[in-house]
Amino acid sequence: MEAQGVATSKIRSWLKSGLERAYPQIIAILLAFLVGAVVLVATGHSPQDAYIAMLSGAFGDKYGIGQTFTQATPIIFTALAFLFAFKCGLFNIGAEGQLIVGALAAALAGISFGDVPAFIHIPMALLAGALAGGLWGLMPAILKTRLGAHEVITTMMLSYVATYLTSYMVNYPFKAPGWVAQTVPIAASAELPRILSPTQLSASIFIAVAFAGLIFYCLQRTAFGYAVRATGLNPPAAESGGINVKREMILALVISGAIAGLGGAGEVLGVHRRFIDGFSPGYGWDGLAVALVGGLHPIGVILAAILFGALRSGGMTMTRATGVPLDIVTILQALVVLFVTAPMLIRYLVRRGRYRG
Amino acid sequence: MNPAIQMKAITKTFPGVLANDKIDFVVEKGETHGLLGENGAGKTVLMSVLYGLYQPDEGQIYVNGKEVKMDSPATAIRLGIGMVHQHFMLVPSLTVAENIILGREPAKDKVLLDMDRTLREVKASCERYNLEVDLKAAIYALPVGLQQRVEILKILYRGTDILILDEPTSVLTPQEVSELFKAVRALKEQGKTVIFISHKLREVLSICDKITVLKRGKVVGTVRGKDTNLGELAKMMVGREVIYKFDKRPMDGREVVLKVEGLKALDERGLPALKGIDFEICASEILGIAGVEGNGQTELVETLTGLRKATEGKILLNNTDITRASPYERIRSGISHVPEDRYKRGLISDFSVMENLILGSHNRPPFAKWGGRLDLGETSKYTQKLINDFSIKTQSEDTPTRHLSGGTQQRVILAREISREPKLIIASQPTRGLDVGATEFVRSKLVEMRDHGCAVLLVSADLDEIWALSDRIAVMYEGKIAAIRDPQKTTEEELGLLMAGGKSG
Amino acid sequence: MNLLDIINVGLFAGGLRMATPIVFASLGGIFSERVGIINVGLEGMMLTSAFSGVAISFFTGNPWLGVLVAVLAGGLLGLLHALLTVKFIGNQIVSGTGINIFALGFTAYMSQVIWGSRGASEIVQGLKPVSIPLLKDIPIIGEIVGTHTPLVYIMLIITVVCYIILFRTPFGLRIRAVGEHPAASDTAGVNVFKMKYLCVMLSGMLAGLGGVFLSLGHLSLFTWGMTGGRGFIALAAMIFGKWMPFGAFGASLLFGFADALQMRLQSLGLLPPQIILTIPYIITIAVLAGVGGRATPPSDYKPYTKE
Repeated sequence: MEAQGVATSKIRSWLKSGLERAYPQIIAILLAFLVGAVVLVATGHSPQDAYIAMLSGAFGDKYGIGQTFTQATPIIFTALAFLFAFKCGLFNIGAEGQLIVGALAAALAGISFGDVPAFIHIPMALLAGALAGGLWGLMPAILKTRLGAHEVITTMMLSYVATYLTSYMVNYPFKAPGWVAQTVPIAASAELPRILSPTQLSASIFIAVAFAGLIFYCLQRTAFGYAVRATGLNPPAAESGGINVKREMILALVISGAIAGLGGAGEVLGVHRRFIDGFSPGYGWDGLAVALVGGLHPIGVILAAILFGALRSGGMTMTRATGVPLDIVTILQALVVLFVTAPMLIRYLVRRGRYRG
Repeated sequence: MNPAIQMKAITKTFPGVLANDKIDFVVEKGETHGLLGENGAGKTVLMSVLYGLYQPDEGQIYVNGKEVKMDSPATAIRLGIGMVHQHFMLVPSLTVAENIILGREPAKDKVLLDMDRTLREVKASCERYNLEVDLKAAIYALPVGLQQRVEILKILYRGTDILILDEPTSVLTPQEVSELFKAVRALKEQGKTVIFISHKLREVLSICDKITVLKRGKVVGTVRGKDTNLGELAKMMVGREVIYKFDKRPMDGREVVLKVEGLKALDERGLPALKGIDFEICASEILGIAGVEGNGQTELVETLTGLRKATEGKILLNNTDITRASPYERIRSGISHVPEDRYKRGLISDFSVMENLILGSHNRPPFAKWGGRLDLGETSKYTQKLINDFSIKTQSEDTPTRHLSGGTQQRVILAREISREPKLIIASQPTRGLDVGATEFVRSKLVEMRDHGCAVLLVSADLDEIWALSDRIAVMYEGKIAAIRDPQKTTEEELGLLMAGGKSG
Repeated sequence: MNLLDIINVGLFAGGLRMATPIVFASLGGIFSERVGIINVGLEGMMLTSAFSGVAISFFTGNPWLGVLVAVLAGGLLGLLHALLTVKFIGNQIVSGTGINIFALGFTAYMSQVIWGSRGASEIVQGLKPVSIPLLKDIPIIGEIVGTHTPLVYIMLIITVVCYIILFRTPFGLRIRAVGEHPAASDTAGVNVFKMKYLCVMLSGMLAGLGGVFLSLGHLSLFTWGMTGGRGFIALAAMIFGKWMPFGAFGASLLFGFADALQMRLQSLGLLPPQIILTIPYIITIAVLAGVGGRATPPSDYKPYTKE
């Protein structure tokens, strides 16, 4: 009986401290929805109808919940990608491109090697995705450390290159017969099992959550993570402490790209089972917003990813039901990013709110 | 006749620090008034309040008899007050002329810069006050003494009558100091009022008509320069006899720890910074590097610690060539480093005390096991031990170091570097910006290291510190060791001469 | 088909034309960065202005009014960026990225609302090209420079004006001082915060001119994401041009040429369109790789706080 009491009070205090830490982000989300409501009203739509439709679409039935978590999965990967690079002081805004090349690589690995047993084929395809993403992170890393090229621009450029290059691949050499720009399906042995039929939710989400924990552990409990964080916070001091700053940066960007690539692989192996041109509705950008809203913390990231996944899946329902353009979701995401940008802004608004009320 | 400046009951606090405590301060017109006190006494804060950079919590300011609200430097400038800061407020890539007119630019037809008029007016100032300088040169190309002239010309250009000079001699050679004093006397002849902030007793005594002494934010007293002496001023400033001598055990062992041969290196711009450095340090010895900042000391330290590549020459640690070794390898070989900029290189301010204490050893036992996992238990034990041994004043081992005072932060750095039991410790400006207590602690620890067999390389712009601690003094000038002297056998004049590039007998 | 089909006078004219939005945006980048604020939101500012111009022209039939509103829209987003980064000391790259995401979503949303399609707007009244008499009759040069949308000529004039402002006026002197050493500027009596606000807003307005060129000056309609990364390419041009107006202009010509070349190659069908489309981005990366480390920025971009 006592043990139960201790456990619940521990959980309660842990939740309370979590909420205290998260309150700027929570307020940012609420403010974003508020401004979003203004936009909706100004363009002749009802915010209540839109938001309720979104909510019911996202969590209302089994299919909705499945969609929500399915959409959340790649976002967790891209958020972790951005987070890891960010902890090293780097801005990887090319996670979208890294996700896409990872997806294509996994698709190709899944298509070739038809007779391999699943327990080899799946890891192989996932690895292919991670390697491709890692390569897409290695290029800006070398450009930055050897040549001083700022990674914000190079990762962005490579993202465009990735989009066009994979589009070419899937429109010409690897195109499946038919009208759609996509590859042939992957072998059955490469498929990640679905876990909530009839939805598309796949085992990829387990991998995502596992990696969230792994990344956190790596950053907080290993010497390597220590070196990454030191480099991100104060490169000259890290250098004085014997840390090879350039090496840490390269590793951080490669790992960052690999994680995004892994996310793309997960999409191909678990959800689509083939590479489709344009399959990503912008998971890379979602990841950035989610990393920030999640307070750069694994639990926050998972929760925020579920929120954004809900926005995406609920958004589709909302569009069908109310006719509100789907892009309101992007607007909401942008507003969240903007409100989260400046913690001082939240504090300022809260103080002004208190004065009035 | 109204005094030029009258500050009444000025109080100013910062988080955790009462910088100015009901200070009354009066300066007559045409007076050269010294504001004397130790580091942290509140002199710069008081003058920053006068100059409008800070708002006082309490108190009033009167300029020429009229009460003023000094809400910004613009107001101060308008009232004829100008300040030359300790750290120059000059934009490096702009020219002398551009820096002088910034904020009050003469314009043709209100749109285009009128540089002809600028050059004419500034040249006139140069001649009147004995402050010659090339107006078209970029600031970064000028030596420190000339940069200071630009600062003075800058405030004169604005029609300053009341000049505040904040620690103006801390970056000058003895010869440049006498040039400055000549200029101050010229200013006095022209009727200008000068407030001279300093902690250097001798200088203040020689140039100032009146001297006000501050101690820990309060005024101790105001005396006439003619009526007082060094000892009296020192007592007012510190309240006790200042001990500048440390009891050092005489050196015995002659084992050479560090040997530097023909060391050459380039600076940030690719220009030669070290032009062939040779010296040795033995175990149980403190070698002090004296010299005005900017003569290669920073680059020397960086080259020795591996943060800068040597272009030529050799560095030998206990006869092992480490010239090409990485910073990590040098730490492992037994070199510790107390950096001159503790915010930039010394600590990671968002890391906790514990995390900062293991920087440099974070991936080795006992802190990390099996090439990776951090052992928090061991790290915590180590941290607690160091907090005790070095009296580190912190709430907990998890407090981010940005919340600690400057003196406490330096203790963290020292604790980390010393407890690695190095063979050589390189301390660069180790007491800069610290109060008396912290300064004494740092110095005593360095002497302790020396007594226990460590070789110590001490780089300091504070000649008193070099004097007190060093077994031998090496003077650096323009990238070379000008001379090495025994402190018992040389004088401040000779050192000053060497620091300025002169040759001694 | 021979080389002359690819490289001819028309290509150079096209290069100058496609350089225009990049010049505008990179000039904007210069003002912002020289005052100490990184502006990666140029892309979003361009996109929003491109949209605004078309929307106004759609409703009023007046493309110049569209240009005006586009500039104002850019300035407004610039103000937002300045508020977030200066007043609220937010991370500059995150703020800029937020603006970019916002622009994508907002323009697509409003496209849907106004024209019922998020992909493309209707065709509107665009800016008509003008020909400069005498100039257009000069052989070769005349063909390259003689006939263009007015915004191209405005771009040339503004480049020179920016140089004059930056290096020959008190305002420009203060800009350069504030970015490099805000404390020195502050003590000299310059209002550091006001300068930052002004310059970041100016950068938004210049980006706006670049954006509206793409829509009203070039195609007379708005398509989803039509800036295509040019805001980022403009940053590369700014770096390559060492934060100098004429340098950025030259670099932008290079990128504009790459853009025109890509379009020419596509129309000739020599290579698959997707491969051709990567050309400008790869060239941008190559340029950055070549110049990256050697370029010293005009500021350390640290937020300035009065203690």
